[in-house]
Amino acid sequence: MAKLHVSTTINGEPMEFLCEPGDTMLDALRGPLALTGSKEGCASGDCGACSITLDDRLVCSCLMLAVESEGHEIRTIEGLAHGDKLHPLQQKFLEEAALQCGICTPGMLVASDALLRQNPRPSEEDVRFWLAGNLCRCTGYDKIVRAVLETAAEMREQGTRESRQ
Amino acid sequence: MNVIANNKWIGQRTIRPDGVDKVTGRAGYAADTTMPGMIWGKILRSPHPHARIRGINTAKAEALPGVKAVVTARDIVDFPVDKSVMLGIQDMRWMCRNVMAREKALFPGHPVAAVAATSEAIAAQACELIEVDYEVLPWSIEIDDAILPDAPILHEFIKFEGKPSNIAGRMEIKKGDVAEGFKQAEVVVERSFTTRPVHQGYIEPHACLVSVAADNKTTIWSSSQGQFMVRAMTAHLSGIPQSDIRAIPAEIGGGFGGKTIVYLEPLATLLAKKSGRPVKMVMTREEVMRSTGPTSGSKSTVKIGAKKDGTIVAAQGTFYLQAGALPGSPIRGAVGCSFSPYDIPNVLSVGFDVVSNRSKVAAYRAPGAPIGAYAVECVLDELAEALKMDPLELRLKNAAKQGTKAAHGPVFPRIGYVETLQAAKAHPHYTAPLGKYQGRGVASGFWFNAGGESSAQVNITEDGNVVVTTGHPDIGGSRAAIANICAELLGIDYRRVSVLIGDTATVGFSNLTGGSRVLFASAMVVTQSTEKIIATLRERAAKIWEIDPEAVKWENGAAHPASPNAGQFEPLTLAQLAEKAPQMGGPIGAGVQLNTEGAEGGFGTHICDVEVDVELGIVRVIRYTAVQDVGRAIHPSYVEGQMQGGVAQGIGWALNEEYIYNKDGKVDNPGFLDYRMPVCSDLPMLDAVMVEVPNPKHPQGVKGVGEVPLVPVMAAVANAIHNALGKRFYSLPMSPPKVLEVLEGKG
Repeated sequence: MAKLHVSTTINGEPMEFLCEPGDTMLDALRGPLALTGSKEGCASGDCGACSITLDDRLVCSCLMLAVESEGHEIRTIEGLAHGDKLHPLQQKFLEEAALQCGICTPGMLVASDALLRQNPRPSEEDVRFWLAGNLCRCTGYDKIVRAVLETAAEMREQGTRESRQ
Repeated sequence: MNVIANNKWIGQRTIRPDGVDKVTGRAGYAADTTMPGMIWGKILRSPHPHARIRGINTAKAEALPGVKAVVTARDIVDFPVDKSVMLGIQDMRWMCRNVMAREKALFPGHPVAAVAATSEAIAAQACELIEVDYEVLPWSIEIDDAILPDAPILHEFIKFEGKPSNIAGRMEIKKGDVAEGFKQAEVVVERSFTTRPVHQGYIEPHACLVSVAADNKTTIWSSSQGQFMVRAMTAHLSGIPQSDIRAIPAEIGGGFGGKTIVYLEPLATLLAKKSGRPVKMVMTREEVMRSTGPTSGSKSTVKIGAKKDGTIVAAQGTFYLQAGALPGSPIRGAVGCSFSPYDIPNVLSVGFDVVSNRSKVAAYRAPGAPIGAYAVECVLDELAEALKMDPLELRLKNAAKQGTKAAHGPVFPRIGYVETLQAAKAHPHYTAPLGKYQGRGVASGFWFNAGGESSAQVNITEDGNVVVTTGHPDIGGSRAAIANICAELLGIDYRRVSVLIGDTATVGFSNLTGGSRVLFASAMVVTQSTEKIIATLRERAAKIWEIDPEAVKWENGAAHPASPNAGQFEPLTLAQLAEKAPQMGGPIGAGVQLNTEGAEGGFGTHICDVEVDVELGIVRVIRYTAVQDVGRAIHPSYVEGQMQGGVAQGIGWALNEEYIYNKDGKVDNPGFLDYRMPVCSDLPMLDAVMVEVPNPKHPQGVKGVGEVPLVPVMAAVANAIHNALGKRFYSLPMSPPKVLEVLEGKG
């Protein structure tokens, strides 16, 4: 069967790729697009290691067909930093040691970023329920939750400072 | 608590050297690796729990366009069953049969053939074309069934008490006279317990990429806890000499013991050799659950006797552990660790290794010890209740300390168990008020820890920075701790130290990342290498100043005259000495290879609060404090992380995780939806309290920290549930249906 041609936007850049009809978005990202930051832990939408956003909505890229990205905006872990400037979440994860083996980390960061975009003032419970779709087997989640809460507080502080200027 | 002063980097929460790559998604894990001309490998697995393989016909698969190679057990080096060939703790007789079924398929998911093809889809299709002639045999899954006199025998050559048996091994430790001991006891508690197999649950499935050239030169990129283990096992199973194999450690996405053996690498190597193409293999989650790990399920009986004042006089334990389909359950951990936190004059601890038609178990964080501690620490809780003693007081009264002869043999040197009990008792958590249906439990745990082979190479770059190469995969932050140590010794900023994991061709032999040994061992070789470098730097400065090397000291990253008598010289920094290296004796570097000794056992004491939903049977852990003697926290954040991670795994083991089998002898929950590991909303914050009693046999006082945190958890949770409900559970997991049964008086 001939491959399908898909035009999409990934991390702000227009992208084109070819895929099989049955390929998942994760297959496309990790294969023809060579964006291997999104990981496959289960391929059933249960671990969150492949989390990306589709038009700002958090999705598991293993549960989405690659062709469904046609004309939409995809964001992956590779788009979280600006050039060599890390996103505040990335910086805080490093400072707080909110990663051990690091395999869940890209998905955790993408999911945390999606949370803070829609809720800049999450409670601990908000963070825990939002990240319940992202499994981590190393950290016990403690440091991850702290890192997200502290980033949220700092980003709010930063925002307040910027709006005062 | 021990406070270590005047350290610039040791004990600091520095940013890990591999951190930026991991938060940006750039770090290279095995499944992220590709190679020009690469093809895909897939495995055909047995659908039967137990079946003789009468024949395999691969002709149709081989004829499928796109298929480049097919391998079966015939292609793998055979290790006959009558002679043991040990590689570390693994017996190659079992490894060659675990990697691919030989005479019989022994569990559902057991590999029977492997295919390499130009796409994953074609490889999968080819697997379906392979015809296997199975003679289906009766099987057993549970220990109770496997040890029945008429149980189906997995291996005729395994004999127990002279007869073919599924009991593959027995281990015993003995101290004093246990029968005499019990005669002195005024209170005796004896209980039996069962636990279910639980999977290590790393998020990264096993993966590898292997390239074999026509002259056998082989390169393996894979996710493992030891590149040297990968090289040795692949060499043994493929027949390629170790010197022709280069095993490159990819970043590892979790292991917890489950990646201390090979599953894919020998098959990918044989497929690559046969096809002449690089072969990539990645397991699915279902394959991980069906055919790797888990740790043993168990049944055990523990009996402890004490005087009325709480002095424990005798203890006895019997532990049956599931090995899975091939021998090798962690009975040593169960038998050896369970009673070791206590000074008990009379101990008898016996373990049995039981094979049945399940996937072969693999190491899982303090293998065997959590199973033993669950039984012992629950019995101690009942004993404290019977004696009307505070459970921490009972433990304090009987705690092992310096000079105690441990049940498993050695006499303890300076250990920190009492300190953990005292810290737990003094922690505000221990006396905080509890609400309705809430309860509090405590438990302690011990793990041997380990030393062993380690190698390091430290090189000074031309611009005066440092590259450290060690041979241990970094599974949870060891690079960060090594950077702290090296920077501390050299007196330079830790950001000037780059820490790399060498492959088998670039660094000396280093044993597995496992057993809570890596920082203990690698810190030793890195320290000795760095000390050699400092000696060289002092010699170089002495030569420049034309004074004796003894008259030069190394401080704050520079050579200084040792005293005013040595002369007046401006300090020479590391960068200045590096720049002068070509004229002053050449490159500056040092390597050390050691069989490290002096690892001391680790102890922890945990406090757990639960709340039980008596309508639904759901148990929630609402507060958790883990106290541990960590020797010395080189990087406190990653020590805490090990403690918190171990606790989270233990909570999963205690409350929800288990392998559920259907009537066909097949695992019914091989995915993350139905195999229920704790998610973020299942857990509270986890308080990690580090007690630092430095290990006197280590240059930085390091003790292993990675395994102790899992050991006490199941008992702490069980004891908390008892405290909440007044009812005891003698089997794991304490999942909602079981809790409801007990609440309704049926359990």
